[in-house]
Amino acid sequence: MKTKAGKLSKTAKNDMITYGMVIAAYIIVQILVSTGHVSSLVQGLLVPFCTYSIVAVALNLTVGILGELSLGHAGFMCVGAFTSAVFSLACKETLPSVPRFAAALLIGAASAALVGFLVGVPVLRLKGDYLAIVTLAFGEIIKNIINAIYLGVDAEGLHFSMKDALSLGMSEDGLMLIKGAQGVTGAPHDSNFTVGVVLLLITLFIVQHFIRSRTGRAVMAIRDNRIAAESVGINITKYKLIAFTISASLAGVAGVLYAHNLSTLNALPKNFGYNMSILILVFVVLGGIGNMRGSVIAAVLLTLLPEVLRSLNDYRMLIYAVVLIVMMIFNWSPNMIFLRKRVRQRLAAGREAGEEV
Amino acid sequence: MKKKLLSLVLAGAMTAAVVTGCGNSASGSQTSDGADSQTEESAADSQTSDGASSGDTFKIGGIGPLTGSAAVYGVAAMNGSQIAVDEINAAGGINGMTVELNFQDDELDAEKSVNAYNVLKDWGAQVIDGSVTSACSIAVSDKTHEDQMFQLTPSGSAVDCVQYDNAFRICFSDPNQGIASAQYISENKLASKIAVIYDSSDVYSSGIYEKFAQEAASQSLEIVYAGAFTADSNKDFSVQLQKAKDAGAELVFLPIYYTEASLILTQAADMGLDVQFFGCDGLDGILDVENFDVSLAEGVMLLTPFAADATDALTVKFVEAYQEKYGETPNQFAADGYDTIYTIKAAAEKAGITAGMSTEEICAALTAAMPEITVDGLTGEGITWDASGEPSKAPKAVVIKDGAYAAM
Amino acid sequence: MSFAAHLISGISLGSVYALIALGYTMVYGIAKMLNFAHGDVIMIGGYVVFVTVSGMGMNPLAGIVVSMAACTVLGVVIERVAYRPLRGASPLAVLITAIGVSYLLQNIALLAFGSDPKAFSNVVTLPNLELFDGQLVIKSVTVVTVAVSVVVMIGLTLFVKKTKIGRAMTAVSEDKGAAQLMGINVNGTIAVTFAIGSSLAALAGVLLCSAYPSLTPYTGSMPGIKAFVAAVFGGIGSIPGAFIGGILLGVIENLSKAYISSQLADAIVFSILIIVLLVKPTGLLGKQVQEKV
Repeated sequence: MKTKAGKLSKTAKNDMITYGMVIAAYIIVQILVSTGHVSSLVQGLLVPFCTYSIVAVALNLTVGILGELSLGHAGFMCVGAFTSAVFSLACKETLPSVPRFAAALLIGAASAALVGFLVGVPVLRLKGDYLAIVTLAFGEIIKNIINAIYLGVDAEGLHFSMKDALSLGMSEDGLMLIKGAQGVTGAPHDSNFTVGVVLLLITLFIVQHFIRSRTGRAVMAIRDNRIAAESVGINITKYKLIAFTISASLAGVAGVLYAHNLSTLNALPKNFGYNMSILILVFVVLGGIGNMRGSVIAAVLLTLLPEVLRSLNDYRMLIYAVVLIVMMIFNWSPNMIFLRKRVRQRLAAGREAGEEV
Repeated sequence: MKKKLLSLVLAGAMTAAVVTGCGNSASGSQTSDGADSQTEESAADSQTSDGASSGDTFKIGGIGPLTGSAAVYGVAAMNGSQIAVDEINAAGGINGMTVELNFQDDELDAEKSVNAYNVLKDWGAQVIDGSVTSACSIAVSDKTHEDQMFQLTPSGSAVDCVQYDNAFRICFSDPNQGIASAQYISENKLASKIAVIYDSSDVYSSGIYEKFAQEAASQSLEIVYAGAFTADSNKDFSVQLQKAKDAGAELVFLPIYYTEASLILTQAADMGLDVQFFGCDGLDGILDVENFDVSLAEGVMLLTPFAADATDALTVKFVEAYQEKYGETPNQFAADGYDTIYTIKAAAEKAGITAGMSTEEICAALTAAMPEITVDGLTGEGITWDASGEPSKAPKAVVIKDGAYAAM
Repeated sequence: MSFAAHLISGISLGSVYALIALGYTMVYGIAKMLNFAHGDVIMIGGYVVFVTVSGMGMNPLAGIVVSMAACTVLGVVIERVAYRPLRGASPLAVLITAIGVSYLLQNIALLAFGSDPKAFSNVVTLPNLELFDGQLVIKSVTVVTVAVSVVVMIGLTLFVKKTKIGRAMTAVSEDKGAAQLMGINVNGTIAVTFAIGSSLAALAGVLLCSAYPSLTPYTGSMPGIKAFVAAVFGGIGSIPGAFIGGILLGVIENLSKAYISSQLADAIVFSILIIVLLVKPTGLLGKQVQEKV
């Protein structure tokens, strides 16, 4: 209570460091870009950095704060990506880019939130690995359904089919929005690094604000001890659902950013399958469960890593796998943690001894 | 408490990782800076400068999946391209320039494909050979169009792969193959009741199927059953085959790749299903699946621009070189990759590309030269292009007889 | 008649899932970890048989034995190097490490064998079963796979219930700390679990590739995930549950392909899984765990 009016509390300071880190990185990168010191590769990676950071923070809300394992976040990203890309493509000619992207963002976030809510209602009753497998299943269902959707628009309005393009019965001048597995082609290029960083900051703000809020504390109480939380009158379902829906919606935002960065959008196992969900989980676990700043750093590093390893040619993915295993063991093994603690103590003791002399 | 400690330790570890990560990326950009001195003239549009440093190299950047489930296609295209590059260099290069090929992995992911393109740009690529797959090719063409870099895709068959002026392709487009297949079946009266088994999660396969179905209707062919499968369930096809059998299909159209087709043929034989199979260029390679019982493919017909056991001198030479270097029989992707490089060579010679030209100049010159050249390649004789980027070549229909292709 | 044919092909697919799921559930039940690399051990098992039988001309049975031995060693090594250091860490950390191992095995196979698909020779050379004048064909490999699954299921159940080491496994799965206090070698027991699980994976790999003879470095990953789903479906940790879950999954997959939509078959399979789990949150044969306050 005392801290409220006084100086910044420790947690608020911690949040500020996170924002500061992102903003500083942004400024540094912008300076380097304008002076021509950034390779095309890194320039091309700037938006993906933001995309994966956002979705990692979103998943960390589910894994770290809500304490549930989701393997379906790529599915929510997919929903956000496709709904927003369809909207942007349909309004490509009629709306200027700024309001169009803003609307696409809202549509992507809202539809991902809706799907998250619909998935969450039945699913959040499950626990642990069962929840994980059900979210994985939902992610696969979303991918499978999107691959079967044919959607087009012409003078008569929208045409929709789950079979093939023929059964749409479109007129000649109609515009195909989703062509089944061929996906969405030609969505406008509205993402850029600045937009990405702004969205990342907003995501961080929403999540960190959520954690400090009354709702967030209730969610964490549920995570730490469900029965105790229930016994003090916390409505378990409601709070779980709130956190899960926010998380899904933010994953949708990442999807919007993804969809507007490439001129083609397909729901492949590679980008929206369970492999991607797991990759996002890797960011979260490596960066530290519940640690938002860590998620951002891990997302950036692990997106960069396979690109940096390109000079290894054939051995690239092999080395990537080895690095992943080694990093996990280094970060998480109880023995390693103990060892690192010892080393740090030794160093600290050494420094003290040094000062005394 | 434990948690806090953990996060602290983690933060420590992460900073260590960041430092090393930065070290890596810094060194990465440094090398690219080093390369920039070579490619400055190609990157910076106005300054063509002396060009002495890059004097006699012509840099081709290749993109395709080298790992992941589609690796088999990307690796083949890369190997085929490499053989062409080696041959050209041995014969004195393009306009006196030595050709360098740098082939980057895109893992069948559009985003990774753009990354690969950017890596190649940093390396100083002057033209792009890729991407091997359709969706990746579309994503890359967006960037090459922006940068005005000439792009020739060996096998990106979707319509939108060549939507920009600077993008061309070697292979047939998907609609083209679908229509040609339906016409061929109808004209040769192969069957009137047709079943289709296609991969509904794949751009290539669903693209061909769509046009095939359209054209079949106008050719009064009856599609009695259309069965889909997806990348997630591509092992068991007995249901689709059983349904095709029940529907009384006389011919099964397989607009898919040979990996799945080999399973379909095996399972059809197990079921005792006796129908005609008809496929597109994706089926090429089926005879060379290691250990595959080729008798299962007896009588399969396919429209393919390339057949590894053709007897013309060019194919024989290519297949020999490929087998010697990579120990495998080349498939259609390898042939596409090979033709891509020779097409670039033909266009570059026509346009008179020289070492000093910027990427934009090369792009403009090659784009203008493409409709004027004729290439005798592995995938067709006298291939020509129109300005839209589509190749014009005759599809060859072959039938598998005694474990080998025979012309029809 | 065609319904019967679809049913049989479903059982054929399901029996492969069942065999893989048995290995999955074994490791999960004892070590309490989702071994995402299980599917890739299957793939390695397939390649070993391919090399020994098709390449070196070994007797198929000898090839299978070699493959099982190789995968047993591989499983134990993976456990020792990648999983044991993380004993006591968050289960999520182990999960991610398993993913890393999965990538590693895929890429090793890619480098060693190339990306080309290999046609696997069926090691089951018995004649197919033909019923109703050849109207209905049951492949011999299906019969063998079902038989092997049943034998493995019974064998594993007896092993866990009757032998000393099996009971040690049960103890470890209940409570590692208490088991250690009772003088059980926890690390050794888990290593044995991995050895058994991996040798089963080799067996599953051989039968998977015999039934669907196309072998690539990624052959194991999708069946692995499907088998994982099957194991959860049947109640993960339950040995008979894995068998039933596997068969049911295969049958549902093929029947929905046949009668609902071949395009949406995956979505339908996963939807049924979700519905089952919502009605019975621990799977068909899973144990209800009482929550402690």
